[in-house]
Amino acid sequence: MPTTATVPNQREAGLIARIKAGEHDLFFELIQPYQRTVYAAAFSVLGNPSDAEDAAQEAFLKALTHLGQFRAEAKFSTWLVQIALNEARLRIRKDRKGLYSSIDEGGQDEDGEYFPIDYADWREIPSETLQRKELKQALERAMAALKPIYREVLVLRDIEHLSIAETAAALDITEASVKTRLLRARLMMRDALAPGFDGSWSVGSPTYKKVRPF
Amino acid sequence: MSEQDIIEISCEHVIQEISNYIDGEITLELRTRMEEHIRGCKHCAAVLDGTSNTLRLLADGRTFGYLFDLPAGFSERLRLRLASNSEGV
Repeated sequence: MPTTATVPNQREAGLIARIKAGEHDLFFELIQPYQRTVYAAAFSVLGNPSDAEDAAQEAFLKALTHLGQFRAEAKFSTWLVQIALNEARLRIRKDRKGLYSSIDEGGQDEDGEYFPIDYADWREIPSETLQRKELKQALERAMAALKPIYREVLVLRDIEHLSIAETAAALDITEASVKTRLLRARLMMRDALAPGFDGSWSVGSPTYKKVRPF
Repeated sequence: MSEQDIIEISCEHVIQEISNYIDGEITLELRTRMEEHIRGCKHCAAVLDGTSNTLRLLADGRTFGYLFDLPAGFSERLRLRLASNSEGV
């Protein structure tokens, strides 16, 4: 659960009121802390940096234009994420061809049961022994292989650390759906990243360190 | 709850709840049953460890900027677009 920091929220509310009253040049200050989250949200739908930047920038412009419609009872960051997701989806609809791909086109329906591949034990985590570049590529490949509905929850929950309720609000789905999709997304990521899957984890030191992070 | 009171649970059930388990979104009773199962099941233990490790990698990715670094110049381009846009508002 993210803690609600009262002081920044009051500051945010103050900025929003001033911008609504006409001080538009304060808008960048308001959105500055959320640039990455908004970009990540757009990326989660579109799957590539240049489209994600276009959609994220457009989302910020729309947020400025429509700030008058923002209601104080909503969380500003969630509202921004919603706009970014909508903007990104608009682009998918405009250009459907090959924006993203899936390893398993037929096997990722939300309803069906997904059972993780029975790899050898992965108690050890090789991150300390891996080159950063290699890790980044492995994560990117695994994420690129997810369908957008799974990538979206994974990015919002596990990278941007939105709560389940915030993720549900941003995606306009139920919390139960968030949980279902998250399970599938996490298991697919685990399967894609499990050592030995494509040999990428076998380089480096053979002695992995056992980590139980949770 | 004594050990005898813990109702056995299947691998399928454990896997279905593994994400909720990690998020703490399950009852204490289910947690106890899952932990009892995982203690004796290498398969489910591997899935739990692997999934937890995956989440740690994703969190590291954020911490160290592996993933979703803003493209170079993103903020400046945004600033310029906002400035020219707000003039017209």
